[in-house]
Amino acid sequence: MIEYFVTSASSFSGDIDDLFNLITVIIGVAFFLTLGTFIYFMFRFRRKKGVKAEYITGEKHKEKKWTHYPHYTVIALDVVIIAFNIIVWVHIKQTLPPKDNLIRVIGQQWSWAFIDAGPDGILDTEDDIATVNDLHVKVNETYHFELQARDVIHNFSVPVFRLRQDGMPGRTIKGWFKPTKTGTYDIQCAEMCGYGHGIMGAAITVHTKDSYKETIAQINNGTYESHYQKRKGSKTPLPSDTAQTDKESSFARLLARVF
Amino acid sequence: MSQSATAIQTDTHAEHHEELSFLYKYILPVDHKMIAMQYMFTGLIMAVIGGFFSYVFRMQLAFPGESVPLYGIVGPGEYNMMVTNHGTIMIFWVAMPVLIAAFGNYLIPLMCGCDDMVFPRLNRLSYQIFLVSALVLIFSFFVKGGGFGGAWTAYPPLSTVPEYNLTDWGASLWILAVALEFVSFLLGGINFVTTAMNARAPGMKMMDIPIVVWFLVIAVILFMASVGPLIAGAVMLFMDQRIGTTFFLPSGGGDPLLWEHLFWFFGHPEVYVVLLPTMGIVAEIITVFSRKKLFGYRTILYTAFATGGLSFVVWAHHQFVAGIDPRMANVFVVTTLLISIPIAEMLFSYIATLYGGSIEFKTPMLWALSFLFAFLIGGVTGIYLGASALDVYFHDSYFVLAHFHYTFFPITIIGMFAAITYWFPKMFGRMMNETLSKIHFWGTFIPFNCIFLPLFFLGLAGQHRRIYNFSHYPDLATENLQDVRVFATTSLVIMLLFQGIFLYNFFYSMFKGEKAPDNPWKANTLEWTVPSPPQHGNFKKLPTVYRGAYEYSVPGRESDYWPQNMPPDKN
Amino acid sequence: MSNRGPVATHRSSTGIPTGRLATWWVVASEIFIFGGLIACFVLFKLNGTPGFEDASKTSVAAGAFNTFVLLTSSLTIVLAHAAIESGERKKAFNYIWCTIGGGIVFLIVKTYEYSGKIISGDTITENLFWSFYYTMTGLHALHVIGGMVIMALISFDILKGYNFQRVELIGIYWHFVDLVWIFLFPLFYIANF
Repeated sequence: MIEYFVTSASSFSGDIDDLFNLITVIIGVAFFLTLGTFIYFMFRFRRKKGVKAEYITGEKHKEKKWTHYPHYTVIALDVVIIAFNIIVWVHIKQTLPPKDNLIRVIGQQWSWAFIDAGPDGILDTEDDIATVNDLHVKVNETYHFELQARDVIHNFSVPVFRLRQDGMPGRTIKGWFKPTKTGTYDIQCAEMCGYGHGIMGAAITVHTKDSYKETIAQINNGTYESHYQKRKGSKTPLPSDTAQTDKESSFARLLARVF
Repeated sequence: MSQSATAIQTDTHAEHHEELSFLYKYILPVDHKMIAMQYMFTGLIMAVIGGFFSYVFRMQLAFPGESVPLYGIVGPGEYNMMVTNHGTIMIFWVAMPVLIAAFGNYLIPLMCGCDDMVFPRLNRLSYQIFLVSALVLIFSFFVKGGGFGGAWTAYPPLSTVPEYNLTDWGASLWILAVALEFVSFLLGGINFVTTAMNARAPGMKMMDIPIVVWFLVIAVILFMASVGPLIAGAVMLFMDQRIGTTFFLPSGGGDPLLWEHLFWFFGHPEVYVVLLPTMGIVAEIITVFSRKKLFGYRTILYTAFATGGLSFVVWAHHQFVAGIDPRMANVFVVTTLLISIPIAEMLFSYIATLYGGSIEFKTPMLWALSFLFAFLIGGVTGIYLGASALDVYFHDSYFVLAHFHYTFFPITIIGMFAAITYWFPKMFGRMMNETLSKIHFWGTFIPFNCIFLPLFFLGLAGQHRRIYNFSHYPDLATENLQDVRVFATTSLVIMLLFQGIFLYNFFYSMFKGEKAPDNPWKANTLEWTVPSPPQHGNFKKLPTVYRGAYEYSVPGRESDYWPQNMPPDKN
Repeated sequence: MSNRGPVATHRSSTGIPTGRLATWWVVASEIFIFGGLIACFVLFKLNGTPGFEDASKTSVAAGAFNTFVLLTSSLTIVLAHAAIESGERKKAFNYIWCTIGGGIVFLIVKTYEYSGKIISGDTITENLFWSFYYTMTGLHALHVIGGMVIMALISFDILKGYNFQRVELIGIYWHFVDLVWIFLFPLFYIANF
């Protein structure tokens, strides 16, 4: 269901979507059964003249089973969910597959800095590529990231990858992802980080091998224009951008939108 | 020692209650009913403030950058401040005072059949501290730099370093207000527990206590056991802010993660602290309006114990992606999903109570049933978030936001309205207008779903929380998503407008409503055996209890209820 | 008793006097507050946070003397309770003031320690160990002062002949304050693990 709203662009995003669907099915059945019983009871036992309510204590074993059987079902469903969840969790967060590339992600109020270790795969060497609010990665290669936060807690969030990870000041947190689909997507900060939290976005571009080389060359010779800025300008303007000019019409537009 | 030992025996009632002056009746009362009113009205005023904040920031989200009517242009700092304080106010200054303090104070002595709380003056003190805490919080909005805007979780270093949060005194006053509020409720809790334990009417055994009293007591115990470390944490945070210690600052060897642990060790039991009173209120209402005995009194009680116990070992599910050891997350997934078991059992028992009943859809019953419906949605969506792998995607997204509003809105707002419409005749001696109450119910319940159901889908679309303007994120700034935001905001405005009907009905009925009989709903519990409203000292003659609280439709009896204090030989 | 209060105050469904229940409640919530602080301290210590070796700078002799003083004062409050049980008001009064005296000695030693540390540069912002040291011992000292004030008030009440049960209640509280110190003393003075 998630992929209907957001593209699925990493190797593990499909797993998370599947887990979501699985839980939706399991929970959905249980939910609608409970809700159905609830609504049926409400109508079946509404007040009628001359009909007295029954006296049921719910303390006898014969009566108790009616809440206990659904209750055992819930336990069984929980076990299924826990099992599948742990499989996915271990794959995403608990294991680090062998890396092809290494990047360092640094969050600070209120921008993202990205340092790609470059061809030698070691950070803090000559061939590092540093960018701000603009991350370039190659498709179908495994990336390890070292997440740091310079001032307050930030959260490195890439919705299309189904990836979120807090960056803690004073720690380096390791993780991984493997893009599977080319394109340019949002990076968000998903942890309250102060005044500018609302503008702390960045762009991640997943390249093919060729376009990656081209972009890196541009970055190195200084002709590169920040992708994030370029993309922002090209988008259809939001109502908010036009609204600055005609303030009076806000209520008219509210009405127009609603009715 | 010897004195109090003899005093226990004398259960005679002092009949001479002299008229109290206005000051001692309304401003400095020791009567539990008046203190309950103080808590309730303070809570309602705070609810208006919190509701206004939600209106302002929802308008900003729907129409970013435009001037919000009644407020003006919303800047990012103001937006953060409102989001933060909306959360803080609704939990600490609305849910806690109205559900626990107001109804706890009102109901526990009446339902236990005694004339007041055990320590009336301590009760008054706890309200006064609470009032001071509310005033400190409101004051913090107006200091230089504005109110605190670092989210209600107040994660350091953002909350400790003025250069990061830009609200130097706002942050300090915020933590001070929260700490004062905690102290007030710790003091109030002394009364709740001792009154329910020690001051019960003769004959009232443990299993005769109404569920709502049990749940209030369990809630208070949970609160006491969970809030201690956070009070310590609040002291440490305040010292970080003002003295320059580094408990939570990595620059001085501290650890921000420690605050997260302290906060959520309190924060998760807190959910159950506010849930249980509402669950109790709902138990009273559904039994009365379906004329049924509660299905499995003991089972419900034990599930509450289990929930309370488990709630202490689930806190880290708020921190799955916060940099804790990933292996630890698996443990917390198991405990988190375990907690669904007692809660599900409790809900099943409530639904089973309806079976074979004679259900009358009066307004309190509508609120109680809608609580069960909404909380069911809130509960099942919690399963998604308890699964750590999904939390990788949903952490701090609108899915989380919609989920906890589907738990907190039923708990706080629906629970509050259920309780007010049910006990209004007792509190003010007059009936509320049923038609207006029903209009208000539908005008609140339907828009409530229209606000928060769409937010689940925004969460699925990857929208994350506490962003004042989504036009900075190209993937989120699409027309479709914006339409959903506008729809949610419109629903909120409609819902807020319908609260006007409630306020009119509330105040009109308080003075001009139809006079209420002593027991308008034909309920069993002891508060309905006294005049409406009860006089100072509650009972003319202190009652003796002969049976449990839920003996409705007992076979072989003519009337379908059997008050707890009616001697068995009478019919 | 001057103020009888409501009937509720004098009931006892459980058989335990209400005052004692309430005191245990206060002690329980205090245990969670101090427990939180102690847990934080131990966690930092186990993590090997730099600065915690400063525990060797605190004076074991002063700490041990204070432990002795507090334990003795706990004994005198027990004796005060025993005295009031047998109705000897004057004797109980004297024992309560012995306890208060113990508290005063404790605070004097504490002040001496504090000033010595501050002069030698180990202030509250020096490092995490000292932050915890001043926060926790300071909070404990506040509890000692609070207990002493309440004891002074109670001592005059019992001389006049009412509220005898409060001697037992303040005794429970004082034992709790003592117990907290029993935890703080090894953490800040002895342990250097």
